[in-house]
Amino acid sequence: MANVISDETIDYVGILAKLELSDEEKENAKKDMESMLDYIDKLNELDTTGVEPMSHVFPVNNVFREDVVTNGDDRENILKNAPEEQDGMFNVPKTFD
Amino acid sequence: MNILDYTATELAKKIKAHEVSVLEATNAVLGQIDKTEDEYNCYVTIDREGALKKAEEVQAKIDSGEIDGPLAGVPVAIKDNMCTEGILTTCSSKILGNFVPTFTSEAVLNLERAGAVIIGKTNMDEFAMGSTTETSAFGPTKNPKNPEHVPGGSSGGSAAAVAANECFYALGSDTGGSIRQPAGYCGVVGMKPTYSTVSRYGLIAYGSSLDQIGPLSKDVTDCATILEVIASYDSKDSTSVKRENTDFTSALVDDVKGLRIGIPRDYFGEGLDSEVKDAVLKAADVLKSKGAVVEEFDLGLVEYAIPAYYTIAAAEASSNLERFDGIKYGYRTEEYTDLHNMYKKTRSEGFGPEVKRRIMLGSFVLSSGYYDAYYLKALRVKALIKKAFDDAFAKYDVILGPVAPTTAPKLGESLSDPIKMYLGDIYTISINLAGLPGICLPCGNDSKGLPIGLQLIGDCFKENNIIRAAYTYEQARNEMEKEVK
Amino acid sequence: MGKEYETVIGLEVHVELATKTKIFCGCSTAFGAEPNAHTCPVCTGMPGSLPVLNKQVVEYAMAVGLATNCDITKYSKFDRKNYFYPDNPQNYQISQLYLPICRNGYVEIKGDDGMKKVGIHEIHMEEDAGKLIHSEWDDCSMVDYNRSGVPLIEIVSEPDMRSAEEVIAYLEKLRMTIQYLGASDCKLNEGSMRADVNLSVREKGAKEFGTRTEMKNLNSFKAISRAIENERQRQIDLIEDGEKVMQETRRWDDTKEYSYPMRSKEDAQDYRYFPEPDLVPIVIDDEWIERIKAAQPEFREAKMERYTKEMGIPEYDADIITSAKSLADIFEETVALGANAKKVSNYLMGETMRLLKEHNMDAEDIRFSPVNLAKLLKLIDDNAINSSVAKEVFEKIFTDDIDPEKYVEENGLKMDNDEDGLRKIIEEVVANNPQSVEDYHNGKEKAIGFLVGQTMKATQGKANPGIINKILKELL
Repeated sequence: MANVISDETIDYVGILAKLELSDEEKENAKKDMESMLDYIDKLNELDTTGVEPMSHVFPVNNVFREDVVTNGDDRENILKNAPEEQDGMFNVPKTFD
Repeated sequence: MNILDYTATELAKKIKAHEVSVLEATNAVLGQIDKTEDEYNCYVTIDREGALKKAEEVQAKIDSGEIDGPLAGVPVAIKDNMCTEGILTTCSSKILGNFVPTFTSEAVLNLERAGAVIIGKTNMDEFAMGSTTETSAFGPTKNPKNPEHVPGGSSGGSAAAVAANECFYALGSDTGGSIRQPAGYCGVVGMKPTYSTVSRYGLIAYGSSLDQIGPLSKDVTDCATILEVIASYDSKDSTSVKRENTDFTSALVDDVKGLRIGIPRDYFGEGLDSEVKDAVLKAADVLKSKGAVVEEFDLGLVEYAIPAYYTIAAAEASSNLERFDGIKYGYRTEEYTDLHNMYKKTRSEGFGPEVKRRIMLGSFVLSSGYYDAYYLKALRVKALIKKAFDDAFAKYDVILGPVAPTTAPKLGESLSDPIKMYLGDIYTISINLAGLPGICLPCGNDSKGLPIGLQLIGDCFKENNIIRAAYTYEQARNEMEKEVK
Repeated sequence: MGKEYETVIGLEVHVELATKTKIFCGCSTAFGAEPNAHTCPVCTGMPGSLPVLNKQVVEYAMAVGLATNCDITKYSKFDRKNYFYPDNPQNYQISQLYLPICRNGYVEIKGDDGMKKVGIHEIHMEEDAGKLIHSEWDDCSMVDYNRSGVPLIEIVSEPDMRSAEEVIAYLEKLRMTIQYLGASDCKLNEGSMRADVNLSVREKGAKEFGTRTEMKNLNSFKAISRAIENERQRQIDLIEDGEKVMQETRRWDDTKEYSYPMRSKEDAQDYRYFPEPDLVPIVIDDEWIERIKAAQPEFREAKMERYTKEMGIPEYDADIITSAKSLADIFEETVALGANAKKVSNYLMGETMRLLKEHNMDAEDIRFSPVNLAKLLKLIDDNAINSSVAKEVFEKIFTDDIDPEKYVEENGLKMDNDEDGLRKIIEEVVANNPQSVEDYHNGKEKAIGFLVGQTMKATQGKANPGIINKILKELL
């Protein structure tokens, strides 16, 4: 039952999560994930055939807004915390489409 | 009597009667902070200037009759994961180390409208991930009852600030026990209301389907009063529910006659400290003697709650924390070669180890090929757990048990083994999965003098049952203490 | 060589909905604002912000679904699609994967071998991304979140198309339908309609599909045609050379007329979809569906039939007028004001089309009111203005939506029907142009045209041409 997490898996998850781990952190992450997954595998002891996955606990539906403009120009606030701003926009490292 | 000895509602009455001014109350708290904060580290940010200015404003509004509520003029501490306009809000993380929100969370706005004076923002486990407040990027908070011990977490700063009289009450957030467990460890009252009762707008999300804001206070009366103020339907939070029965203070009744209380045998098995067990069962006896119908039963599925919880919470967290990328706010790494390098360095430098661990786990359980086996399975188990509680609440009004298997552990003891740390959440976690309300209040001390927490769990939207039971128990305990003296 | 190949094409079409506000917040969707002027904590992914769904988005999506013969999903949900990119402020896009709002539809198009159905696999709702602007001077890009959170529907077809012509016919059909619904203006060049092409080739007669690629950045019908032809050939060449077609996303460069793969190793394309916990499910009952159905407009086919059968318009005219909802609307409203259908049609097909072309505009951009067109036609009918004046007045209506009665009055353009006055002028014209008179007498009928023109010139174009002709013939 013991889960084995490969180096490739840790690297792959690092790409998904945008985390760069040192070699030591990687080893720890492997061990942590293995033991967590072993632990999570406990769920397989339960037969959940026919049980609907429950994402919301309460049956609340159809929460809407009307299509009415309520927000004005709030640029100053929106950009206030930007690490780098340029011409009223958020500055980012060069992207290539 | 020292101002600091008043509860929040007592203080509000004194302020209303002009026996104490808002400024005096604020200065009393700031004075206490000067004395003890260096040792306890309850706060990330203390807003002295803002608090003093606010104190005068609120005093004027009280004098003019514009504000006339049960909390008017009372100084409060806010957990540092709730946005406060103009006040640093960090989630105790380096990645938000310089983040000053431009809007205030709805729960805090409700307090402000009621005349609250915000003293500062309390320390917490980074992004609320942890049970000890040791994962904070700004150092651990210490338990005022014994500074060698942790205050619990993740709302450890809020619980400790209340226990240390560094505020009169505080707001915390509870995703898997983060209000109730630190309340238990610090000997204060803490409550997580039914999911959807308090707006999450402005609460920086950890596990969106589990997060709920609630009060930490000196007693049950304060707790119900605060909850009544912060509970509101909010059209900005789609999961907010329009409730009729938010008159929580009406449940402050010293009477549990006929109240059906169930004690889940599964909460008293292996792993539970015997002193904790005895204290909690004694509390059940007290309620029984006051007329409650108390009986044992089997809840079931208890050991599955933790793996289900960590799967769901980690998955949601991995997504909720994607927005911290060094572009719009917060920390950005200094040197990078390109966009993806900037993302990775910013996030790796900005997040601490526990947060990274959960992001990695969450990203993995959602990744291609594993979603069904892990995430959907956990959502199915969640449905089963909800069903188990539905069955229990068909028979009982209140479920009674411990809040944690032990009293507060020593600093540095917990983080080495994550799974062991997660196991400490066993009595609190399933309540979040099922959306239920739960309250924790002190029910004694262990032989080391550390507080023991009693947890009362209610059915969805029925906070009043647990408030009534908690209030009745608290009254009885106060009586007993008087007798001892 | 010698092998024959079949192209198999499916489309993912993104359409920006014509709501006033964004899908999850009350920010305006209007174009042309300063960067980030139409943003708020929700559409910039500020910590603590939460989305609330715009009801109009659901209703537009349902309307498009019903118009394309889809089943409406009675219990529908949003999911998060997780990927890091700066135009996506939360680094997840709120979309629908597991329970999209519409499924199993089709539209009918003129295919290569007659009418055919193109299946619609699903239509889902999602949010648009912001815009990245690449600095020419610095080594950086900049993000503007004004478009972030603008509502989109994505219409995913079945792989039912076999040629660029069928693809264009399908897109035209979708565009027309959605424009008629008023759910979007569907402009490819402005990005309010965007099509990604999924294409594979296989030997004719083969049962299995080949490996497909997805082509992005197609901004016009012409680009789509070129990209399809190019990609078809690229895949055939690979197969002929014994190489494999890679399943990948490619970006079309229309100026260089070639495509290249888009993703790097940092893009795992593993979106980790899971149900959006911040939004609650959408439950749609029959009554709601009926309400949306009842509000559906008359579509093109029905209009064509009515125009030809009931209003007596030639099929050729009806085809052009119904090619844009805005034209059809003007047509119907002008006729409703009492104008003659054929005359309205002539003005729309002739002058209007000419002016649209001249001003480089689409039919959707027409701003003049039917009242003024109707008034103009009345002036013509009443012989109050002649046709050349009418043309001039219509240009003013087209550009400035002026009131023709007022305009004619104020500029003294009323037709001159005064026979005695005209006779004098014509006598002068005849006297001054003996050559033309002689030509006329020598059988050059055209010469009379010159004399009419000279008379018009002398009357600043206001003379009644019927009267001029009559008098001229008398004099000559």
